[in-house]
Amino acid sequence: MTQTTAENSARKQRAQIKVRTLRTDRWWLAPALTFTGLMTFLVYGFWAIFDQSYLAEPYIAPFASPCLATACPEGARLFGLAPIGDWYTWPPGLLILGLPAGFRLTCYYYRKSYYRSFWLSPPACSVAEPHGKYTGETRLPLIIQNIHRYFFYFAVIIGLILTYDAVLSFRDKDGNWGHVGLGTIILLVNAILILAYTFGCHSCRHITAGRLNHFSKHPIRYKAWTFVSKLNAKHQQFAWASMFSVMIADLYVRLVAKGIINFPFA
Amino acid sequence: MEIERHEYDVVVIGAGGAGLRAAIEARQQGKRTAIVCKSLFGKAHTVMAEGGAAAAMGNVNPDDNWMVHFRDTMRGGKFLNNWRMAELHAKEAPDRVWELEAWGALFDRTKDGKISQRNFGGHEYPRLAHVGDRTGLELIRTLQQRVVALQQEDEKLHGDPEAYIKVFAECTVTRLLKDGEDVSGAFGYWRETGKFIVFDAPAVVLATGGIGKSYVVTSNSWEYTGDGHALALLAGAKLINMEFIQFHPTGMVWPPSVRGILVTESVRGDGGVLRNSEGRRFMFDYVPDVFKDKYATTEEEGDRWYTDQANNRRPPELLPRDEVARAINAEVKAGRGSPQGGVFLDVSTRLPADEITKRLPSMHHQFKELADVDITKEPMQVGPTCHYIMGGVEVDADTGAASVPGLFAAGEVSGGMHGSNRLGGNSLSDLLVFGRRAGAGAAEYVNGLARRPAVSETAVQDARAEALAPLERSGGENPYEVHHELQRTMNDLVGIIRKTEEVSEALDAVEKLKERSNHTASPGGRIYNPGWHLALDLRNMLLVSECVARAALLREESRGGHTRDDYPKMSPEWRRKLLVCSATPDGATVDVEERIQPSMRADLLVLFDREELSKYLTGDELAKYDAVKES
Amino acid sequence: MGYKAKFRVWRGEGGEGRLEDFTVEVNEGEVVLDVIHRLQATQAPDLAVRWNCKAGKCGSCSMEINGRPRLGCMTRMSTFEETETITVTPMRTFPVIKDLVTDVSFNYQKAREIPSFTPPKDVEPGEYRMQQIDVERSQEFRKCIECFMCNNVCHVIRDHEENKPAFAGPRFLMRIAELDMHPYDTADRKESAQEDHGLGYCNITKCCTEVCPEHIKITDNALIPMKERVVDRKYDPLVWLGNKIFRRSS
Repeated sequence: MTQTTAENSARKQRAQIKVRTLRTDRWWLAPALTFTGLMTFLVYGFWAIFDQSYLAEPYIAPFASPCLATACPEGARLFGLAPIGDWYTWPPGLLILGLPAGFRLTCYYYRKSYYRSFWLSPPACSVAEPHGKYTGETRLPLIIQNIHRYFFYFAVIIGLILTYDAVLSFRDKDGNWGHVGLGTIILLVNAILILAYTFGCHSCRHITAGRLNHFSKHPIRYKAWTFVSKLNAKHQQFAWASMFSVMIADLYVRLVAKGIINFPFA
Repeated sequence: MEIERHEYDVVVIGAGGAGLRAAIEARQQGKRTAIVCKSLFGKAHTVMAEGGAAAAMGNVNPDDNWMVHFRDTMRGGKFLNNWRMAELHAKEAPDRVWELEAWGALFDRTKDGKISQRNFGGHEYPRLAHVGDRTGLELIRTLQQRVVALQQEDEKLHGDPEAYIKVFAECTVTRLLKDGEDVSGAFGYWRETGKFIVFDAPAVVLATGGIGKSYVVTSNSWEYTGDGHALALLAGAKLINMEFIQFHPTGMVWPPSVRGILVTESVRGDGGVLRNSEGRRFMFDYVPDVFKDKYATTEEEGDRWYTDQANNRRPPELLPRDEVARAINAEVKAGRGSPQGGVFLDVSTRLPADEITKRLPSMHHQFKELADVDITKEPMQVGPTCHYIMGGVEVDADTGAASVPGLFAAGEVSGGMHGSNRLGGNSLSDLLVFGRRAGAGAAEYVNGLARRPAVSETAVQDARAEALAPLERSGGENPYEVHHELQRTMNDLVGIIRKTEEVSEALDAVEKLKERSNHTASPGGRIYNPGWHLALDLRNMLLVSECVARAALLREESRGGHTRDDYPKMSPEWRRKLLVCSATPDGATVDVEERIQPSMRADLLVLFDREELSKYLTGDELAKYDAVKES
Repeated sequence: MGYKAKFRVWRGEGGEGRLEDFTVEVNEGEVVLDVIHRLQATQAPDLAVRWNCKAGKCGSCSMEINGRPRLGCMTRMSTFEETETITVTPMRTFPVIKDLVTDVSFNYQKAREIPSFTPPKDVEPGEYRMQQIDVERSQEFRKCIECFMCNNVCHVIRDHEENKPAFAGPRFLMRIAELDMHPYDTADRKESAQEDHGLGYCNITKCCTEVCPEHIKITDNALIPMKERVVDRKYDPLVWLGNKIFRRSS
């Protein structure tokens, strides 16, 4: 301090309060819900990767797009290409899911949510965490979180592909434009939410103009920053909304592919 | 018991704007400087200032200059001001504000990137440099960070950040020490430990702020117990203008626990209007003659002024604070008040909601959190609150030196600058201008000393005994009760409107309270014991309250922050007179005497119209004006 | 209108102490600090509490109310049930001086470790020209009233005393961001934010933002942007390459 306090520092210690927290509200509710939500997603994702019914033209399940191997049916390939070739026979999702997964795993919002709900560090504000030692993101492995912006670049590509898929779903089975089914709408909504989540990313905000100190000298970048900032303020909401929308869209396509959903406007 | 001792060149008491600016100046002039503050570093009452710092930079209206500012200040103070101070203030304020920017302050900007300036009551042009409505916070944080920057410099040079400037936080000074006539140091205690501390220093700068805690309804924080005023009196210095207390027209009136907390004048500067229970904009009925030609006479003209100031006169909501406070007081007394005893201040029908939250964020926040009122949707209820004391230590304008050698004062604790009423925004600039001058004055005084005055052991022992007394008594008066009674007395009897009988009654009451305060007892130990601290502060509050009441009884006129029911007019004869308070040698009571104040320098006098001066000056003084004009 | 409330207030000196029970009168419109003051005036004259402005502007009366960091002057009694027992304790992360008053010197120490504003040498006072949009970000951080509740709630030091030397806390990491975004600041703060002031310790769990009485978006607007600026410098080969090619200095 700017004053002499050294002489009595030995005497001083924190208030000795034995309990972990004096909070009286249901502080455990939020981490419990987050934990449940994230676990649901993980379990579903694991199942979806190995499920083969991902194509129900004109719809392709988001977890399997883009499909890059020869093993994929013609209609599931991006621009009809199969750059990986025919040696690859594993589920197509494995090839690309690492990118959106990595994006979400290193996302500043998801970091908060799983540090709190999985690692309990801390479980809630002013509730003691159960770890003896804490180094945060200062060293391996968590220092890797800093590569978030690279995942962002790839996430933009994936987001655009999902949008492209949604656009293609305006065609019918035979490739004629003008079709609109429930699936079209689901894919479209999902694509919008994914883009809103992706472009609201903190790294995106930094790249557009956050890194500048003179907004006034870069009016266009400042405008972009202002827009991204608006999305960013709702990053948490978009993170959850897009996580559930992608899950719902994926499941929907698979259920159509399996013939479980087969009403006329599917 | 061992008493901690420190040797410094300059000790600054108080770490608000004035104190920090003084300390920075003393340190920059190479003096070893201590800053002693009652609360934590950076918490001083300056943080409460909302509107801005008045400085005639002319960023918004290029017609503004120091002469206009000087005129506004004199007018606001009803020509009782120390004109030399008003002159220095108007001339130097821009430099002081610019300097803050070089220390990291971030004021709101104009379109061309300069410091933006806003309108305020009594200022002819937009003049207040501001940051939203938290200018005081910006100012104190900037000065605090400047102190830290100097400490970092010292660390590089001397290996010790506290070699030349050190903050003694949560440390209260209870006595100034003297060697013969000269100041030789200060005696105080640490709040944290209750241990005593003696500063051995030839120069002491008082920057302790005001006295608001002697009143119940006040915008001031707990520290404002008139410590500096009392320390100066007890050290033999004089106080002037103590009868002039500014009641800010708009304090919160509800809920009761926050009664008195300030609602910034910027609400009115940005378009807010005052209405009574009948919905009438009553301020149009209260424009005094001296201001008749400067204020709008119709609501339409007043409203046009916000967008076109060149061709319209300002709305009367922006009259100086004393006028507005009296008007609100009168409306409430006439039964046209709001349900909770104030009047309505409405901005909700005047500006769009998002504009309100942008321009007045802290006000929006304050009403939402404290009163559960959304000011974008409904009007606020406001009423007068004790805000600022114009009176204080009589000082030399150029150096801030008091009559006691080695004693300096700056900011609210000093007197003269604001005359009988302070303009909003002139306080922050006052702190900076005279803080710097007092710091420089103290440094120069130290340079000129032939020998260092010595601290007298007897004085230290006396101060120690005085400080320990409340702890050693048992079963005495509860200091909280004495304090509360003093607050009621001052609020009810020496408030906005004063009468001979009431003020006399207050003096009797203060006399009795003084007796009771000599018998206060504070249970508990010396470690952070608020009951004990209050018992010690009582001496100061009582002494200062006595000054206020005695001076208020003597001044038989109404002017600025002093309104007498029995003498409702302003008197040119009284304008020439200052009331000077001094303590009797034993410090037990206060004497007040009249003094003629020096007349204004000719070159300043001619800045005014004769017609305007004729409302304030005596015939003699006007004759002098005519003579100057002639030559 | 008034009622009797049950309060449990931590009392003690230098760490040792206990929760003491009080029954105290509460009137309409009061805040927790009013009730503490009533306790002082009527039942416990030496009950220590730090306060100044009582209007949420000075940041002195930080305490923990029912386990959550709050300003005593901004916590309305009407937010509690009349039957509820309200527990008031000192800030947990800092050593106790007495009762509700803690020794917050940690914060002043950290403040002094952050290099000050460093303007260019050739700009004189009065010559500064800045656009409003360029100062707005730093202005948000300058709203800080230094109540130190963000530093108090941050688990990095709240739960791990041993991290105190290496971690400046949200308040002062935000100060670094404020200076780094200042249009006229010339100092390089990115490297030292990570290496000297412990930005890497922050795991962005946002408790600082949750408790901020000024509603400053500490995490989203200061800490994360600062982390991204550090990435530019330390962890981003593309930016590094771009700077090499175009010979830009930061």
